[in-house]
This record gives sequence, structure tokens and C-alpha cells, in this order.
Amino acid sequence: MSGDPGLYDYLPYKGRPKITWPNGAQIAVWIAPNIEFYEYEPPKNPLRTPWGRPIPDVLAYSHRDYGNRVGFRRMLDAMDEAGFRGSVSLNVAMCDHHPEIIKLCADRGWEFFSHGVYNTRYAYGMSPEQERSIIRDSADTIRKWTGQKLDGWLAPALSNNAWTMDLLAEEGLLYTCDLFHDDQPTPIRVKSGHRFVSVPYSLEMNDTIVYNTNSYDPRHYGTIIRRQFDQLYREGATSGTVMCIPLHPYLVGQPHRIEPFAEAIRYIAGHDRVWKATGREIAQHFLANHYDDFAAGAAQAR
Amino acid sequence: MPLPEDHLEYPRRRHGMDHDLYPWSDLFDRPKVAWPNGARVALWVAPLLQWFPIDSAGKPFRAPGALTMPYPDYRHYTNRDYGNRVGIFRILDVLSELGIRGSVATNAAVAERYPGLVKEVVGRGHEILAHGLDMDHLHYGGMPEDEEAELVRGSLATLRDASGQAVKGWLSPGRSQSHATLGLLAEHGVAYCCDWANDDMPFRMTTPKGGIWAMPFAQETDDRTVMLDFKHTEDSWLQQVKDRFDTLYREAATHGGRIVSVPLHAWVAGVPYRIGAVREALSYMMGQEGVWAATGAEILQAFEASETGHG
Repeated sequence: MSGDPGLYDYLPYKGRPKITWPNGAQIAVWIAPNIEFYEYEPPKNPLRTPWGRPIPDVLAYSHRDYGNRVGFRRMLDAMDEAGFRGSVSLNVAMCDHHPEIIKLCADRGWEFFSHGVYNTRYAYGMSPEQERSIIRDSADTIRKWTGQKLDGWLAPALSNNAWTMDLLAEEGLLYTCDLFHDDQPTPIRVKSGHRFVSVPYSLEMNDTIVYNTNSYDPRHYGTIIRRQFDQLYREGATSGTVMCIPLHPYLVGQPHRIEPFAEAIRYIAGHDRVWKATGREIAQHFLANHYDDFAAGAAQAR
Repeated sequence: MPLPEDHLEYPRRRHGMDHDLYPWSDLFDRPKVAWPNGARVALWVAPLLQWFPIDSAGKPFRAPGALTMPYPDYRHYTNRDYGNRVGIFRILDVLSELGIRGSVATNAAVAERYPGLVKEVVGRGHEILAHGLDMDHLHYGGMPEDEEAELVRGSLATLRDASGQAVKGWLSPGRSQSHATLGLLAEHGVAYCCDWANDDMPFRMTTPKGGIWAMPFAQETDDRTVMLDFKHTEDSWLQQVKDRFDTLYREAATHGGRIVSVPLHAWVAGVPYRIGAVREALSYMMGQEGVWAATGAEILQAFEASETGHG
């Protein structure tokens, strides 16, 4: 083991090929609501315990359930108002549990990508065959309920294995959201040689990190979204940037948190050279127009 | 070695919830609720009276706010007990000043140890909300059911006796439950429970021993959570509580009556430098048109009346 996961070659931000987004946009902004289902009584995973308290952990479970009962609709309203479609990071069992929510997203032309089957079923400890079966389950479930092809992946609760990217590419997916090394898409090396990319997702803009890890207050979340946007928008004029806002309706959809978020995305939508995209659209545009330049640039920089 | 095959089996992958405690429903698709006198918001203030024993075992986990230092942890024991001696009176005075009656979540141990405090609370017109035995007696998955049954029975008996009230509401210490808790509560005459954090309005839960209501009890604007866990200032807490109120108040105009709950730990919110933020938050809410301050039992009664066609 070299200590390097072997996913991509170094390609410094300075001196890269420029990305141009559709219609002369200088930034692609995408919003990725994690629409999740956490199980009341999940099986034990040897590497990670789903709940902090003995089962039933009714407080933590019900906190997550708030997203599907209440928070989702507040988030949906805010996104509708600002004219953003979502790219849903979906625990695909949600299609079975709450198809009502899936329909609200599908009717708006939102994208669905997979975030595993349940957020309480981790890929840790799975064999490649087991992990392939959850990828296929995801593709089948999303096709059955929405007619869409599965193109993107965010590992369930960010649980990865060293072969995960290889499997995703072999199964015909286009992009991963699990890598945080860049503000632009990146060609990802996979065994099969498929053209597979990383689309920038975000920990820093993610409401779980903001609220559950960093314990920021809701108005500060609004502030950092605007600051992140302002910087990436300016830089995007010369580089072509991506900004992602990952959400969890159980957090952002709380009554004291929804307005600062709504205001921040209205602010973003008020700028001209913004491409309000989905993850799939960003991946496809990059693959068609910039993948080769980036791959060649990285090979040279090596 | 791969994971056991049950990791790829999903016996509860089906429409609705993965348990039988309540059906799924979207808050924004429910019938509008009408509060008495056309109020938009029912304001439910809920001070908490808690006692953390000096010999706390912290099993199977420590409740939020529990003692953490080697025995005898005087600093946390006394800091929490401050709420029962001093802090609560500041809060009660603010409530009296603003004409607010609410529900005081009370550990049975507090009622046993400080019966005068319960009389004071009751005398001011507040509801006593059962809050278990004390902060070291948790209800949790895997506890012997007879042990839990005795905790529920004993705590309710103590609180009913001390208050002279029917005591129809329950908040578990640490909002923690076993699989048996809701059934035991229903069996012992509890009409509503505040542990579940999945809604902004009441909803019915089913147990083998009868029905029980889930009442919404703010989790992430709770004073202890915001100021001690998140380490936000009292100014920030005040802003968040007002923002929460504003959203629910605005929604009430189009979606029907809403509930704004304000939990206030006597040992957190009752501290001198924080009480000003409490007064300001509650004054702000009481200053809006159509705000009805009431107890949990009254709010639930009005909710049920509205559901059955009085609203």
C-alpha cells in the first residue's frame, strides 16, 4: 500500500483547463437533499453501531423521521421558490416506505441517485458481491419508481470499501459524491477503465456537518452558504466551479432553520451566471466537454 | 468474511413505517387545526425540574446533563440542583408576569424531596408533567419490564399524590424509552408522551395496552441543547426560538393552528444571566396576535376537539 487510495492524480487548481458551463454560466450550483430512512431496529454492523443508545433509540430515530413527516415540505417549498431542482441522495427503501415523497420530487424533474438502501445499512464489511447487489437494488428500485437511470452514488452513511468505485463504474454509473478533494469534477481511476467522475459534493456546506458536527447556529449557515457562493462565483469566471449544498430535511427543515437557508438560495438564484444543475447534468457536461482535458492535464502533472 | 445475509434482507421494507406504532402522515397534508378563540399558535411553555443523584450510575448511558466526575461530583450535582432551589423561581416569576400557564416536567424524586415546590407550581396554575423518577433512572431497551413497570407506576403515584392532579402527560428522563414504555404509560393512565421528536403537532400512537398521543416537544431549540450542547449564547438561543416561532406562526395562517413548545431546564434557563433571554423570548411571542398560552393537557384537549369537528 502506497498510502494513496489511487483514485486520481494530482492536478493543482492553478493552471488547469477552464470549464465552461452551459449558457456561459461560471458556476454550477446543485442542491442534494438526502432523503433517508433510518431503521427502528436495524441489524448490527460489526464496524459501526447505527444508534447511540440501546434500541429502540426513540429520540434519534424520531429526529430522523421528522424529515419525512415535516421537514421535507419546508425544504421543498424553499427550493421551489428559488427555482432549484434537487438531486436526491436517496435511501432507495424510501420508495417503498414513502412513495408520496418520491412522487413530489419526481413530478418536479428532480434527479434520484443512490445513498444505499437504508441509512442504517452500511457497506462496511460487505463483500464486493454484496455491495454490487445493493447497487443493483438501487438501480432497479429507482428505475421502477421514477423511470430514471441510476447515475450517481453517495455511499450509505458514507461507508465505502476500496473497490466501491470500481463496482459503480462497472454497473454503469457516471459519478460519485464521496470525494471531497476539489471544487471541480475529477476523472476517477477505476479498474475497468470506464469514464467515471467525482462530482463535488460537500462536507462544509452539508447541514449535518454544520449542525451536528460544527454546531453552528442557523443564521450562520445562511451566512456561510452566501460566502461559499460569493467566492466560488468570482473564481468561476476564470475556472468554472461547482458548488453543492447537501441537505437533510430533518435538520434544515426545522422551523428555526428553514428561513436562513431559503434566504441563502434566493440570494444565489439572484445571480445571472449560475447554472442551477443536477449532479447528473454536471457529470454529463464534464464528461462530454472537459473530461479528456482534465485527464490529460493530470497525466502531465504526474 | 462478508456480512451475515440478514444485512441484505429487509423484512420491514414496505409502505409506511418500519414499526406499528403510528402510520406515516405528512404534516402539511393534514386537516387544519382550530384553536380556541381562533388562536394561530398554542404556546406551550415547559419548565423542567430535574434531580441527578450524587451516586448516579449512568447506566446504560448518561442522560443529558448527567454527572461526569468521580464520586462525589459535587459540582454537577449542585449545579443541577440549583434549578430546583433558585432557577425555577425566576422562571415561574416570568411566567406569572406574562400570564402564562404551562406544564412543569417534574422528576418524581423532586416531588418527594421538595413537596413545597410542587405545591408552589400547582398553586400558580401549572400542569405537572411526569418526568420519570430521576435523571439516573432511565427507561431503555433491554431493561426488565417489571422494573420499568414499577418505575412508571411509582413515579406517577408520587407525582399525582404530591400535585393532586391527574397527571396525564409524560416526558421520559433523557427522552429514552424501551419497547415497553409507551404501553406501560397507556396502561397507567398517561394520555400523552413528549419523547418522540418527529412532529410539530400531536399524533396518535398505538400500543398493545391502548392508545397514547405523541405531543411535540422542541428538541433542537431546547435551552440545554442549544446553550450547553451546541454552546450557543443566550442571545443566539433567543434568536433561534423567535425564528422558530415566526415560522410556525406564519404557517398557521395557511395550514391551521400550530404548537410552539418551549422547554426550559430550571438549572439552565433559570441562571441569572439567561433569564433575560427567557423573558424576551416569551414576551415576544405573547406580544403577537392570536397566541394562546396553555398547558399540554389543554392543548391536547383542544386538538382533539378540533379533530372531532368542533373546529
